[in-house]
Amino acid sequence: MRALAYHGKHDVRVDTVDDPEIVNPRDAIIKVTSTAICGSDLHLYDGVIPAVLEGDILGHEFMGEVVETGPKSTLEKGQRVVVPFTISCGQCFHCQIQQYSCCDNSNPAEKQDMSATLYGHSMAGLFGYSHLTGGYSGGQAEYVRVPYSDIGPIAVPDHLDDDQVLFLSDILPTGWMAAENADIGPDDTIAVWGCGPVGLFAVQSALAMGAAEVIAIDHYPHRLELARKLGAKTINFRESNVREALMEMSGGIGVDAVIDAVGMESHGFAIDNMLDIAKQTIGVGADRASVLKQAILAVRRGGRVSIPGVYGGMTDKFPLGALMEKGLQVRGGQTHVQKYTKDLLAKIEDGTLDTTFLISHRLPLEDAAKGYKNFKEQQDVWTKVVLKPGMETQA
Amino acid sequence: MSKGHQRIAKSSSRAGLTALIMAAAGGAFLASRKSARDTTDDAPGSAARRGFRGNDLVGKSVTIGRPRQELFDYWIDFENLCSFMENVISVRKAGDQGGAVWTIMAPGGRTVDVKTEMVAERPGELIGWRSTPDSEIRTEGRVTFEDAPGERGTRVSLTMTYDPPGGDLGKAVAKLFLREPEIQARHDLKRFKMLMETGEVTTSARRKSETRAAKHQQHQQTEPA
Repeated sequence: MRALAYHGKHDVRVDTVDDPEIVNPRDAIIKVTSTAICGSDLHLYDGVIPAVLEGDILGHEFMGEVVETGPKSTLEKGQRVVVPFTISCGQCFHCQIQQYSCCDNSNPAEKQDMSATLYGHSMAGLFGYSHLTGGYSGGQAEYVRVPYSDIGPIAVPDHLDDDQVLFLSDILPTGWMAAENADIGPDDTIAVWGCGPVGLFAVQSALAMGAAEVIAIDHYPHRLELARKLGAKTINFRESNVREALMEMSGGIGVDAVIDAVGMESHGFAIDNMLDIAKQTIGVGADRASVLKQAILAVRRGGRVSIPGVYGGMTDKFPLGALMEKGLQVRGGQTHVQKYTKDLLAKIEDGTLDTTFLISHRLPLEDAAKGYKNFKEQQDVWTKVVLKPGMETQA
Repeated sequence: MSKGHQRIAKSSSRAGLTALIMAAAGGAFLASRKSARDTTDDAPGSAARRGFRGNDLVGKSVTIGRPRQELFDYWIDFENLCSFMENVISVRKAGDQGGAVWTIMAPGGRTVDVKTEMVAERPGELIGWRSTPDSEIRTEGRVTFEDAPGERGTRVSLTMTYDPPGGDLGKAVAKLFLREPEIQARHDLKRFKMLMETGEVTTSARRKSETRAAKHQQHQQTEPA
């Protein structure tokens, strides 16, 4: 099959590789019809996530048709399904309490040591990411082996097309969980840093949850425009002092909750705080957490801090005093996708949520490398790239 | 904390554990070790800062969301152990007294057999085994099953010792099998947990040929005549 493989920093290529097979009883094989490039794929592209190896097949937002099933899979051939980016067994302690992205069993035993060293506990398995998260072949491919297929994939009705439901795989539930983690009440003002896909979906979700006001922060005019269209007020951080603006816009109180939908590469990644211990043990760089620091200062006393943005390592000069003295609550985490897919699918069906506005470009899988390059370098215009295996390549 | 748990936690300091293994497994080569820790510490010996964590004695625990008896029943059938133990190609029963022959991968396409006898068996609680005197590799192992707090299932603790023998074969096996026994014990327990909770051992292999089972098979096929 054809699949997008990592070859090094800013070097991804569509290669011909062996097709996947059913390996375990609960597996299914999905023939991919649509797959997106995620903002977190750019962290891989930029080489800031450890344990990504040459030849790894990337991609964790995908959907398609079930073409093969193992004897214990509950899927049926021909079904159209969206696949969560988190791999979850459904039976461990964490899955039982719906902490799907904390699954105890989905990261192979021999792959768990590195994240256990780095984080104190191993991570769950994720598609198409690092070997920290299992080293699973990802969805930017013609076919994918989906383990624990009885737990993850959600069947979607034929009257909804791919573009309407694809984002159930990651960014829509991620934006939703980001808003949920902000614990939004009806009189609340919420600030969202980053108007990428997750930030925009967090804006949409926060409004759907009844926030009185949502303020979105970015510097790309087109992305800010998209946030305004969803109903948010906006701040361009290149033109305004964000903290002063937020204080004024919230009547001197400070915003009730903050959502950091930017993560580790705020203002472009810079290895300015290499920590020796991390370097020695794992080779991971320091996270540049300027957005998170700003958000912690901007949120009101007793407010909430939600972190959907990806961080992987450690950070320096963290405003710990503000966190403690202001009595803040912090929540983060990879998304418990399986917890949200059913409800969010219903909201897509009844028209409460529309995610298609985000898609700026549809490309054949063969042009995936071009998609990565432009998604990275022209963020204002390339807001979301969907790859379609089998789509005609345009000259 | 239940009485049983307290007893095991307390006795898990190094001297206590050694005594337990000896009592359970009748071990001889562990006898020379002396306690390096204050025995009032409730932390298990495997967490000791010094004196315990040699390459030759490892202990790891995992909590599995299944009933104690079910886990015990799976483990006591030694032929099942190769389904989750690294480098163990097969385990065959030998006799009806709990004896077993373990076929273990060795470098260069070789395999080595380890003969063990059952030295302790308390249904639903404990299984202990030890290599027989004529075995080329000396090893002892003990696995215990305790009820975890609340509805969490069963706490499974695995303790193993290896005593690398002299000679070329011993060195070769030590290189592969005994290199990182602590990591191996941890991985083995994690795989046991996966198998018991989900019915399969998790793998990120895209194809069957990349799995552990396939590697075991390949290893056997390349075995010199």
